Amino acid sequence: MNNQQTVAPTALRKATKPAGGGGWVWALGISIGPLLAALALGGLVLLAMGVNPFTYYGYVVHRAILSQMGLEATLTRMGPLLLIAASLIVAFRAGIWNLGGDGQFLLAAVAVAAATPAMLTAGVPVWVNLAIGLVIGAAVGALWGVLPALLKAWQGINEIITTMMMSFLGVSFANVLVKLLFLDPTTTTPQTATLPVEARLPRLFGTTVSSGLIIGIVVVIAVHLMMTRTAFGMRLRLVGASPRAAVHAGLSVPRLTIAVFTISAALAGLSGAVDILGTQGNVRADWNPAYSLTVVPLVFLARLNGVGSIAYVFMFSALTIGGESAARKLGVPSFFSLVIVALLLITLGLAEYMDKRRQDRARH
Amino acid sequence: MSLFTESFITTLFLGAIAAGMPLLLAGLGEQLSEKAGVLNIGLEGMMLAGAYAGFVVAWSTGSMGLGFVGGAAAGALVASLMVLFCVRLGLNQIVIGIALTLLVEGLTALLHYVQFSRSYPRLDGITTWPIWPLSRIPLIGPILFDQNLVVYFGLALVAGFAWIYRMTHLGSALQAAGDKPAALDVAGVDVFRIRSLAVLTTGALAGLGGAFMSVAAAGVFVPFMTHGNGFIAIVLAMLARGRPLWVLGGAFLFGGCLSLTTALQVAGVNVPTDVIQMLPFATVMLVLLIAGRKASLPQALGESFVRGAR
Repeated sequence: MNNQQTVAPTALRKATKPAGGGGWVWALGISIGPLLAALALGGLVLLAMGVNPFTYYGYVVHRAILSQMGLEATLTRMGPLLLIAASLIVAFRAGIWNLGGDGQFLLAAVAVAAATPAMLTAGVPVWVNLAIGLVIGAAVGALWGVLPALLKAWQGINEIITTMMMSFLGVSFANVLVKLLFLDPTTTTPQTATLPVEARLPRLFGTTVSSGLIIGIVVVIAVHLMMTRTAFGMRLRLVGASPRAAVHAGLSVPRLTIAVFTISAALAGLSGAVDILGTQGNVRADWNPAYSLTVVPLVFLARLNGVGSIAYVFMFSALTIGGESAARKLGVPSFFSLVIVALLLITLGLAEYMDKRRQDRARH
Repeated sequence: MSLFTESFITTLFLGAIAAGMPLLLAGLGEQLSEKAGVLNIGLEGMMLAGAYAGFVVAWSTGSMGLGFVGGAAAGALVASLMVLFCVRLGLNQIVIGIALTLLVEGLTALLHYVQFSRSYPRLDGITTWPIWPLSRIPLIGPILFDQNLVVYFGLALVAGFAWIYRMTHLGSALQAAGDKPAALDVAGVDVFRIRSLAVLTTGALAGLGGAFMSVAAAGVFVPFMTHGNGFIAIVLAMLARGRPLWVLGGAFLFGGCLSLTTALQVAGVNVPTDVIQMLPFATVMLVLLIAGRKASLPQALGESFVRGAR
């Protein structure tokens, strides 16, 4: 596969400078438009299901943002999602498709869920336990990213495929671990031992919002600064923009590729750790929130900007929290948020297309 | 060893064909797309659309044949979106491929819920088309010559594609569309048309493969049931380096791998389902580790063709 040229993910966010008069209106339309279009198309799907879209969206906003309990749940879920966003941004900016986040996330989650309650009973102090848990999560995630990294760096094998394969493998493996190895003998539900609530990540300011949110925000901003303000980030972006140019600039592309994979997979693993230590407390058998692929359109919407992604992650978090509540109340299964995400990717692509067309016209 | 009884071997091979057929059809399709220069990451979605539509049509009409046609049509429908977005408008093939897969996953799960709520109705027995008198040969007969029509079709397709790629004008046009689209354009062949044709055919084949999964192999539709088969088919196409016969070999190797564990379970050896589900992916990674360097893809794969652009 030496002659293969994978299209870098960065290709999607080329040239965003609006041209000509009314530029900012256009720029605003290009970034908000896909979102509105996706919600409108999703509304058509709801109509076809016999559900009033306004009722549905209204319900989602009401439950996930306007009610205090819902808002707290929305903010709590943002923690793991932001870490996934950070994981994707590092990879995508460096031109690498790490689509194996689900496996990295889940295996890390299982490892953390297996280790932390056990260490706690062994007498490890809560804070140390939490710190070790986060490290375990990041390490296991990174470990699951090693093989695709090596295959890409040494043999040039398309990482889209290998990360996907590792993801399916990891999800099944995580299930094997939960069901066969780390089963909690004290309950009948197939799940790992539960980390007591008082031993989890602390909650913020007397609310139920987990401090995982803080970890997520700090990391995504740190990643943003790393990619935009440091020499290392600059090298990664160069590899992403043009691997050939990077070679000519004297960069070791294989080494950088492995570095990117390690960071990206470690962040996905950290996300799993934060979800367990902050929210879940254990892993149930067959649990797989499958965050990774659904965050892909969000980071593209944010044009791989870490700070910008926070707003979109908030929106998506609200959509899923509200959607889960609507599944019970309005009979719309939570698969609906999957449809929205897919539509978002498509409308986003179309917006890019229109933007490019407009620029081409302006140039001629 | 008592394990290798006739029934064990028959279970093993029949299982290999049942599990390998969807991979073969989708893999042949992907190979076609890749030859023409389109990396079809949406293959999983096309398979799933076929699995859903095939099941629903077969379930409501009571006809397996119509189910297969419906599945192929649904796969082609998803592929037509890929044609519109990636071939015509030149959007990023990977992004759209992921989007289509997610879209089909979400939509089929929703539709299944609306239609069947949480029940999973089963289709009645599977009809086979024995080729008499070959079907009477002991052992080989029931495995090879007493099969579903789609199985014969898939096998014929391997020969058909090999012939098209090697012997026909269309074959060289496909090759050129993937390697040097601009040259093909200069030669007066419409690159868009070649690529569109390839992607639509891929969709139909993947859809048929999906329909085979739900209608013939499982007899039931479960949301997300293709479970990565589309991605495995992409790997098969990559490793086959443009040769249909290799896709056939790969597909049945994986099929056999899957069915070995089922056959073992039949023989009384207990293997947890999650371990079985790991097997094909572990095999893919192993194969890629060993033979990955040899995998090759067309030059202009994944690049959209823009007329007159340099």
